[in-house]
Amino acid sequence: MANILAVDDSASMRQMVVFTLRGAGHQVTEAADGQAALDLAKRQRFDLVLSDVNMPRMDGITLARELRALPAFKFTPILMLTTEGGMGKKQEGKAAGATGWIVKPFNPEQLLATIKKVVG
Amino acid sequence: MSIDMEQFKATFIEESLEGLDIMESVLLEMQPGAADAEEVDNIFRAAHSIKGGSATFGFSDISNFTHVVETLLDQIRAGEREVTQEAIDLFLKSVDCIRDMLAGAQEGFEINLDQVAEVKAGLDRMLGSVAQAAAEAGPEAQDDATAASGWQIVFKPFPDMLRSGNDVVRLFRELDEMGEMKVEVDLEGLPALVDMEPEEACLSWTLALHGEIDREQIDEVFEWVDGDCELSIVPLGGDGAVAAEIPASETPAPEAAADGPAQAASPAPLQAAPEAGERRSRGDRRQGERRKNRASSENSSIRVGIDKVDALINLVGELVITQSMLGQLGEDFSMDKVERLKDGLAELERNTRELQENVMSIRMLPISFAFNRFPRMVHDLCGKLGKKIELKMSGEQTELDKTVMEKIGDPLVHLVRNAVDHGIETPEARLQAGKPETGTVHLNAYHQGGNILIEISDDGAGLNRERILAKAIERGLTSGGDNLSDAEVFDFLFQPGFSTAEVVSDVSGRGVGMDVVKRNITALGGAIDVESRPGNGSTFTIRLPLTLAILDGQLVRVGEQTFIIPLVSIIESLQVEPVRVNAIAGSAELYKLRDDYLPIIRLYDAFGLKPDSTNLEDGLLVVVEGHGQQAGLLVDDLLAQQQVVIKSLETNFKKVGGISGATILGDGTVALIVDIGGIIELSQNGGHKRANSAAA
Repeated sequence: MANILAVDDSASMRQMVVFTLRGAGHQVTEAADGQAALDLAKRQRFDLVLSDVNMPRMDGITLARELRALPAFKFTPILMLTTEGGMGKKQEGKAAGATGWIVKPFNPEQLLATIKKVVG
Repeated sequence: MSIDMEQFKATFIEESLEGLDIMESVLLEMQPGAADAEEVDNIFRAAHSIKGGSATFGFSDISNFTHVVETLLDQIRAGEREVTQEAIDLFLKSVDCIRDMLAGAQEGFEINLDQVAEVKAGLDRMLGSVAQAAAEAGPEAQDDATAASGWQIVFKPFPDMLRSGNDVVRLFRELDEMGEMKVEVDLEGLPALVDMEPEEACLSWTLALHGEIDREQIDEVFEWVDGDCELSIVPLGGDGAVAAEIPASETPAPEAAADGPAQAASPAPLQAAPEAGERRSRGDRRQGERRKNRASSENSSIRVGIDKVDALINLVGELVITQSMLGQLGEDFSMDKVERLKDGLAELERNTRELQENVMSIRMLPISFAFNRFPRMVHDLCGKLGKKIELKMSGEQTELDKTVMEKIGDPLVHLVRNAVDHGIETPEARLQAGKPETGTVHLNAYHQGGNILIEISDDGAGLNRERILAKAIERGLTSGGDNLSDAEVFDFLFQPGFSTAEVVSDVSGRGVGMDVVKRNITALGGAIDVESRPGNGSTFTIRLPLTLAILDGQLVRVGEQTFIIPLVSIIESLQVEPVRVNAIAGSAELYKLRDDYLPIIRLYDAFGLKPDSTNLEDGLLVVVEGHGQQAGLLVDDLLAQQQVVIKSLETNFKKVGGISGATILGDGTVALIVDIGGIIELSQNGGHKRANSAAA
């Protein structure tokens, strides 16, 4: 099972994501914004990063860019949790190095199905 | 796997309410035309989170509503829209609507949708044609949905595709799950071994995927690598087999596919409630209950800064050191070590005092918690009353006990409302009086001694002494006027049912009077004073104890027992002059003090003790006030005044009438704290009972 870093400034979203992932047997670490996530990533490896886009201190796009600059995260899948249906934020995320995205609102089943695509 | 989303709703609602508070306070600060990027960012983020969360947790009406707010904010953020006063007001109303909808979701009742629909309509109008254009430019329909026999996929990753964390193996594995797949590798792009970059993709593939598969399914697999590769997907067998490769970055299909679910969840017009009137009344009633619930649930826990906890640990550490030092000293004590013993005890005293102060501070919160509702309130009231008022606040960081804070909220609201409604004049009247058009209401808090003082002052017209006096005479509260001081006259304001407002406005003067304010404050062991000068405004000063856990007490002796009377309740103490005592109806005794008759309560009688003497003139009469009534408590002697720590009698023993708690004195004995209101009530009931039995 995968070791996942879940980043979202919304406690309820984080709670939902963490609950779902742990229920599926993954190991999950939480961070409330991009900066906190980056600090964690500098000390620890993760198999997958799930990040919200809009966050205080450091947004998800910047986080993706900063993570890709870390040797340990060069190829780590980074999925953005985005509410945007359009291509704008997705492209921005991709340009910053994100692997893919999950469009909010999603339910636990959709989340797990998407996760399965990247961590097997 | 099925997961119950209900369990996350409480967190969602809580954080959304916090987000709304942020939105509200930022919006109140916001000036039309000059939006600070960071401010807009803050409110956008709050709206964005609420939208995302509400959609996720199944509150589609909140999500639809907030979506429009978010869109408008996003336009402002992008500089496409000006911040107008209209927009700010509309956003503030939206905050209220979302708050109501959240409350409805929380308590499970239907809220008044009329108002929501109205605000939503306003938002939609503001969004105007821009949104319509965007909606029309929605996803385009897709062609060739299903190919009967399968698909040929030519997939050529760009060299840096792997750097996005996408993995070719993953893509193929997913495709493989859809049907039978044949993979051909094209090695043409493979460089010589020496030139090979391990982090770059250099192979390309031609896949033949057999089976009844939707084009959409395949697009979904490649969705994330769109733009990172050359991709061509054509039906197998048809003339498309030799079709030219189309760079995927030019294919709009994946985007359209991704737009699908989001569009499905996008705003549908809110329906106005058919029986809105009925719903409103229900909603309003529940709102009151809700507030109560929230207040009581807040009682259960407290958030404490880690620095406060650290300070405590540090102090306990010091206490342990002092204790072990004293312990060692005690092992082989001799008189020549008296000085060291004294030092040690002094140290112990210091430790204890610091520890006490720090423990107290855990219950302390900055008064901004109580103040933060006022900017909005004053803003709204000004709009309603057509006044211009600037609200100044200072000392917001002054700390106050959490329980006191919760109970002082309503009295403060009342006083601020009064200041806005009755204190500050209309702009025209102000200009006529030669004052600036904009009035000022000032909230200030500071510490003084063991108390916190909260001042609510305005620079309005001030209290009208004549009118108050006239009203007091009319109500028979006083006979004449000229020798009364201003303070005495203004004190009439706190009499039950006393209102001088000529017009009972929508804003204040709705039954809850200043007497309730005063009662609430005295219940907290506090006091309220008024100062006012005609034409220059009034200042109401609330004095509150810092905490309910400690009380300034007057120690009194009754026989061999020591009691504590809260100092705030004591008006004066005097020696009894027998001529002033009137015994009426058998047992009740009254004492004539100036114009008033006070009932005498013999404490030894009330608590069944043996006093020094039962003669009134041998004892002292402590005149106290509780629950708005005065009485004289007969005691044997007055002892010291000191701060005492209140211990609950209920948790340690049981509830005793006329006693509010207990404390432990310096010599280790227990002293009971007299509940003034309770004992006055008790004596009245007791007297009544005795009178009854006498009559029988």
